[in-house]
Order: sequence, then structure tokens, then C-alpha cells
Amino acid sequence: MSTSPMHGGNVAVVGAAETTGLGVVPDMSMVQLHADAARNALADAGLTVADIDGIATAGPLPMEVSHYLGITPTWVDGTMVGGCSFMLHVRHAAAAIAAGAATTVLVTHGESGRSRVGMSRYATRAPDTVSGQFEVPYGALMPYATFTVPALRFLHERGMNRADLAEVVVAQREWAMANPRAFRRKPITVDEVLNDSPPVAYPFTRDMCCVVTDGGGALVLTAADRAADLPSASRAVYLLGSGEAGESPIMSQMTDVDSFGGFRSSSAAAFASAGLTQSDIDHLMCYDAFAHVPLYMLEDMGFVGRGESGAFIASGATRPGGSLPMNTNGGGLSYTHTGMYSMFAMQEAIRQLRGEAAAQVPGVRTSFVQGVGMYFAASASLIFANQRP
Amino acid sequence: MPGGAVPTPTPDTVPFWEAARQDRLAVQQCQSCGRYYFYPRDHCPFCSSGDVLWRDVSGSGRLISYVINYRPLQPADPESPQVIALVELDEGVRMLTNIVGSPADPDALPLDAPVTVGFEPRGEWKLPVFRLAGGQ
Repeated sequence: MSTSPMHGGNVAVVGAAETTGLGVVPDMSMVQLHADAARNALADAGLTVADIDGIATAGPLPMEVSHYLGITPTWVDGTMVGGCSFMLHVRHAAAAIAAGAATTVLVTHGESGRSRVGMSRYATRAPDTVSGQFEVPYGALMPYATFTVPALRFLHERGMNRADLAEVVVAQREWAMANPRAFRRKPITVDEVLNDSPPVAYPFTRDMCCVVTDGGGALVLTAADRAADLPSASRAVYLLGSGEAGESPIMSQMTDVDSFGGFRSSSAAAFASAGLTQSDIDHLMCYDAFAHVPLYMLEDMGFVGRGESGAFIASGATRPGGSLPMNTNGGGLSYTHTGMYSMFAMQEAIRQLRGEAAAQVPGVRTSFVQGVGMYFAASASLIFANQRP
Repeated sequence: MPGGAVPTPTPDTVPFWEAARQDRLAVQQCQSCGRYYFYPRDHCPFCSSGDVLWRDVSGSGRLISYVINYRPLQPADPESPQVIALVELDEGVRMLTNIVGSPADPDALPLDAPVTVGFEPRGEWKLPVFRLAGGQ
């Protein structure tokens, strides 16, 4: 299959790193977390700020980050679609690099999600917005009371139940137990998730909801031909395919309550642009702000059939030793979730492809990262590999 | 009703809120393709026609999905669990709402249960909420 210049391994991630501290970092502000991650990623690439001509971030304005670092960019992307924004930045950066609009792009994320240092308060949706008129008055504001609303329908339509949500937690906790940087590392059972974990928003208990942490991450991207000349060349990770999609900004207007069209279309675009199918994927990261999200993703991406996601997770297929290792850092449910998690999903995919993960899966050559943003409003899909096709 | 945030109507949504204040549920219907739609807009999201009318609807529908939020934030009452629900009206439009008048208990809230609209004061406006049809 022919690929566009932005795909097919023509653009590479040459630097990737998280913040030095992760989890509880009360001595760093939000922009400090961006800068710490950026400097770590540049060091990883063997580059300096002088090499960067493109900047992309979400949360703060890109200029808040670039100026703080001493970068004067000539390519700027402030795309903000929620938690998967950084995945769109990677996609946009690849297009820009392929088109010659940028040479070397820095994508940063940092969020003092737990300690709230240098962060505004949790953004209330203004009362004159669509959400502020038709969702917030009903209490649908915080993620645990909004993103979660469609889950009962998903389970009901498939004859599934809350145990299927708990299985997601248990499977990912197994990965987190092997990861010293994971926030939740205590072994847990389905029964404990259902009955001992405090209820937050039925059907969700606390352990079915992501952790709330401080941290960040950054990526450096450039053309694959240029990557070959860098000290990090042997660790370069290549973008094979990608997709992005947007749907309704408010929960009630999802086209389908128990399936997300954004997941379906952006993942299909990623597979098509990479010229790959589900069976070509060695490793999977599914943005898991809440336990139902990976269930939607597995079905909407076509890794399993409709109604099969729960049994697939329960079978152990996504756990250590399984056929489709998923969320191998522990995910947002156990590893970290600063507020916009997709940067961490990409970091783990890159670590796995480099053979540098805390819970390393043997022989990972391809990794699919599936993101979600603003609840079920935006979707992003990226396929990475550790070799050019 | 435990209270909560007060909406601020905008020019495209004022008819919805003015109707609710009079205990009427009004949604728009496209005169070109015939479909009802929600949230309020001055054109049809399905066919882009600007020929749309406000219609009073019965307020009957069914319960599609929900959470029971045990951690409501102020200005709602943090001590009163909220049922935050999706309902689908008989006209085919889906709304986010609260289910009132039933215990905040999954056994009392079966999916697909028929629901009917009611109106609760909220600031200077009234908020459409739903209760299980035939319930007390």
C-alpha cells in the first residue's frame, strides 16, 4: 500500500522522556513540568533547544512553553481537544515535517493535576456554553460524573456487567505492580474492585477511575532521514500511520451511546495509512481515564468483535504474557493521569519499542496508541514501529 | 431537588428555556427533513436547512444510561447522590438530565424504563428533569 510522506516511517520520534518526578511533585509548577520533560527529551535525543523550530502543546499556550525554554519557534500548534491533544500534535508535526513547514518539533505536556501548582482551578464550563446550559446544571461536570454516563448502556447492550469493568482494573494492575513509577501498585482482585473500593459514581468505584497525579512528558520529532544522523538513531521510533476525529462536544449527543464513531474512524485511518491490520500490532495503549474506555476502544478499533471486549480482558489476553499486551505501564488507572494522559500512553509505546520499559514485553515491533479527548468528543490514533518499513 | 449550577441562555437557546419556565418541553424540528434535534440551533444539523420550528413535545421517553454520582460538587448538595442520566425522547432526541423521584439505587432504575418530564426551579429558570413514568 502506498503511504503519504507523513506516514510510512518517514517521520521519527528521536527524543522521548517523562518528567524526572512523577505522581506527587508539589515542588514544581505546571510550566516547570513542561520544561523538565522537554529538557529530558532533548537530552534523550542528543539535541538542544537551538535545534527546535516547532513547538506544540495543550493546556498552556505553546508560547508559554517555548519562551520559558528559550525557543523562538517558526511553527506553532496549540491544538486543544482534551487528553489526546498531544497525539494530534504528533500527527500534525509529522505532516508539517513531511511538508517542509517544520524541521524538528518539540511536543510537551505537563500538568500539576494533583498538587495544582501553577494551574488554574478545574475549569468550570461557563454557564452560557452548550455544556454549561445542557450538562453542568445536572451535575455533569467532573470527569467521573460525565465521561462515565454511557457505560451502563454499553454493558447492558452486550449482556456485560460491572465485573467486566473490574477486570480491566485487575489486568492493568498486574502491569503496574512491575513498574516502580506507577501510582497504584497494590495487587487487587475483581471482588475488591467491586466491593471494597469506595463508590464514586455507580457503576464506577474508585479503582475504576484514573489516578490523579502530577507529571509530564515530551517528544522530539524530525524526518527519519535526519534521525539517522543523531546519537539517538538506534533508538528512533517511526510513525507508520495515524488518524484523528471529532464528534460532539457534549455527552448526550454522541451519535451512538455504546460505541464511539471517533474511535472507529480514526483507528481505521491509522490502519489504512500504515497499511497494517489488527493482527500486525504487537502492543496496544488504550487511553483509560475510566475502566469502560478500553472496552469501547477494543471493539471500536476492531481488535475484538462487538460484545467480546469483556471476555477478552478476563481471558488474560491483555495481561503479562497475553496475546495483546495493553496498557503495560499500568495505564491511567494505575500508572499516572495528570489530567491529559495521552503523552504517557505514547511514552510507554516508545519505551516498549525501544526495549526500555519497566515491564518490557519481548519483541515489540509495532505499537498502536489510541487516545480520547474531552470525554467522547475527540479521538486520535497513532501506529509506531521501531523499524522503517 | 438538591440544586446546582444555573444555566445562562443564549439567543439560540432562549426559546427552550422560556418554554421550560412555563413547564413546557420544546425542541426544534426541521421543516425540510422532518427530524427533531437537540441542542438548540438556528439550523438543522442533519440537512443544514434554516427552516426550523420549535415544537412542544410530550416529554415522554426512555432511560438510556446513567450514573449515580456519590460525589456531587457544590452548588449541588454534596450529601445527595445525583442520578445523571441520558434519556431519549419519543421524538428521537437524546438529552442529559437528572432522574428524580426514585431512590438513587440501581434496582429502582432499570434501563429502558419509560420516563416523563417535569420541571424544577433553578435560579430564575426551570430545569427539565425526568422521573420514571407511573412512579410516585
